[in-house]
Amino acid sequence: MNMPSLEVLLAGAVLVALTFYALMGGADYGGGVWNLLASGPRSWAQRELIAKAIGPIWEANHVWLILVIVVLFTCFPVAFSTIATALHIPLTLMLIGIVCRGSAFAFRNHEHREGDLKRRWERVFALASLLTPIWIGVVVGAIASGNLQITGDSFAAVFIHSWLAPFPFAVGLFALVLFAYLAAVYLTLETDDPELREDFRKRALGAAAAVGLMALVVYLLSGTGAPSVKRDLSSSWWTWPLQLATGVMALGAVFSLWTNRFHLARLFAAGQVGLIVWGWALAQFPYLVEPNITIYNAAAPAVVLRLVLIALVAGGALLFPSFYYLLRVFKGGSALRTTAPKLD
Amino acid sequence: MDDLLAARLQMAMSLAFHIIFAVVGIGMPLMMVIAEWRWLRTLDKAYLELARQWAQGTAIFFAVGAVSGTVLSFELGLLWPQFMEWAGPIIGMPFSLEGFAFFTEAIFLGIYLYGWDRVSPRAHIASGVLVAFSGAASGIFVVIANAWMNAPTGFRLVDGKAVDIDPIAAMQSPAAFAQALHMTLAAYAATGFAVAGIHAFLLLRDRRNLFHRRALAIALAVGGVTAILQPFTGDLLAKVVARTQPAKLAALEGQFKTEMGAPLRIGGLPDVEAGTTRYAIEIPGGLSFLAFNDPQATVKGLDAFPRDEWPPVAVVHIAFQVMVAAGFAMMGVALWGGWLAWWGKSPFGSRSFLRALVAAAPLGFIAIEAGWTVTEVGRQPWIIYGVMRTTEAVTPMPGLVVPFLLFTLLYIFLATMVLWLLMRQIAGIRRIVSLENPAEQAR
Repeated sequence: MNMPSLEVLLAGAVLVALTFYALMGGADYGGGVWNLLASGPRSWAQRELIAKAIGPIWEANHVWLILVIVVLFTCFPVAFSTIATALHIPLTLMLIGIVCRGSAFAFRNHEHREGDLKRRWERVFALASLLTPIWIGVVVGAIASGNLQITGDSFAAVFIHSWLAPFPFAVGLFALVLFAYLAAVYLTLETDDPELREDFRKRALGAAAAVGLMALVVYLLSGTGAPSVKRDLSSSWWTWPLQLATGVMALGAVFSLWTNRFHLARLFAAGQVGLIVWGWALAQFPYLVEPNITIYNAAAPAVVLRLVLIALVAGGALLFPSFYYLLRVFKGGSALRTTAPKLD
Repeated sequence: MDDLLAARLQMAMSLAFHIIFAVVGIGMPLMMVIAEWRWLRTLDKAYLELARQWAQGTAIFFAVGAVSGTVLSFELGLLWPQFMEWAGPIIGMPFSLEGFAFFTEAIFLGIYLYGWDRVSPRAHIASGVLVAFSGAASGIFVVIANAWMNAPTGFRLVDGKAVDIDPIAAMQSPAAFAQALHMTLAAYAATGFAVAGIHAFLLLRDRRNLFHRRALAIALAVGGVTAILQPFTGDLLAKVVARTQPAKLAALEGQFKTEMGAPLRIGGLPDVEAGTTRYAIEIPGGLSFLAFNDPQATVKGLDAFPRDEWPPVAVVHIAFQVMVAAGFAMMGVALWGGWLAWWGKSPFGSRSFLRALVAAAPLGFIAIEAGWTVTEVGRQPWIIYGVMRTTEAVTPMPGLVVPFLLFTLLYIFLATMVLWLLMRQIAGIRRIVSLENPAEQAR
């Protein structure tokens, strides 16, 4: 078997970074959504749990997005300039969401006393966590749609039409429910309190249903919204194994949640979301922006790709152990505690 | 408003905002680590409280810095897509490395801020050291990318296209070392002076407070040493500018005519129409000497360049004067502190020295903003010096005044909130540590 080309390797690196962003950064957005939807007698405890869970890790998780952007503009500059030009408006709205969310969360944590002020920052954080994933999804949907153009007859033709359509917004809502689903599943492992865990178990099951529904909506809209992605997704050889695996993951996650196997649920849910991201990527392959920018015609010179690849491998060798340490420090404890037999 | 102007203002405003947070993110971890190290060595709880208080403040700055930095990485494409399409492959390397430095910073800052009770004291301070290192490294990588815009290397220009791209050579722009050194020291000097000013202010109200004395000693050590070194690194950078970007040098010095034995101008107001800089104190041969080590050397004036390649002279010249004045004032205050210490007098005992520190608190940040104005405005009309004009790089997106205003309002709001939170935190410290006994201070 031949070595994959440099283009494929670097596109793969972008995909890996994007997958981590969805699985980790995505869940942080989801946490904000559940802050907004906190309810019942334990709503305060729910919000505290969310803040405690994402506090130490959200900034590190956020860097995946930076990595995606940097590798994109270094290795596939035409794709970056096209996306940044045509999707100026949704990207700007996404950035405003990112700024509001991060700042408000930091301000909230700086507030030691309970009170209106802390609640207000939490509200900003939660609202921005709800809106930002939608814009991320809109951008992804518009890229997949094949409607991006940087020259056209009118302002609307270039800067509006590609994203202001049902399909991109369906993808936006899909991203939102996926992130909320991940967050709810992860949060079941963040607490020892059985009632609080039950709150998030129920939310995870509800979100799983919403994920199923939105997946269907996106699939139905893709026929007109992103025809070439739909074509690849329904006719390639890998489609059925991939769809099957995603389905198994989804059912596995629901079954595990139903039967209180939370570690297993986390594994299945992450696998499910990861496969959805990879399915989209495979359906678009080798296009970075449908219908004419591919990883081959947009690629920077080979010397650049080679150096970035070396930097990514070397950086990864530093990054993954550091990340493992971070997660062990902050997530290891609770994970261990939940597997230990309960004494009550 | 014309779209190019709006794009430039949005970029300038985003950079001016982000740089404050980036600089604090470089300077504070060093001081936190020093305080924590003193705590581990002396078991004086005032140092522990200091490290914790500083960390709390840093958390806000880092978060706002991280998200405003994200905005910038997107804005490169949102505002300057043609520039990124052209230059992305050439300068992507330092940005990729910066990505990993930023990762390290974010991961270990998480451990530092939230891990006080979760990791061993040694692992905790080691995390702080990693944050300090990776923070400085992030800054250096970004400045290397900027240095390339000022003095591009690592490619050949053929028919407007870059060929024979060498990303490693692009990182070795002649401006890279001097710019990175000057900026890194600036980050420590600005943060050190700002923090020293805050604690000097609090000491003026409570002279015997050991918490603030310790804070001031650390901040002054970091800010003072770097402020004294800074004029030398500035001179190094100016010599690079003289060699690689003569139009920028001419603008920042207000040098309209090419001449031998060019004078150094202190102050003054450039009059572009008349082609002269008025009201400046002139030191004969000074500029020739500083730029080329020879008081008789010829310095190119703006007249050596076509009129459409002149940067806005007045802005660049005045910004440069502001930066130099602020820098020398900081150096003066630092030398004063050194003088007091040399003669065995406590710097904390001198009211006038403490007042000078309060007055000097914002100078480092003023110098940084002014210095970046010189760098960026001084490069105009080029986005890549001598290669691509800013007008060629801008996005075709119309109505850019809208995002400019949106981000401006958002950033004004955030800046106000950060200031307010800090002031409240500082007021809180006064309640916590107004006791004189260090053993009781920490609780």
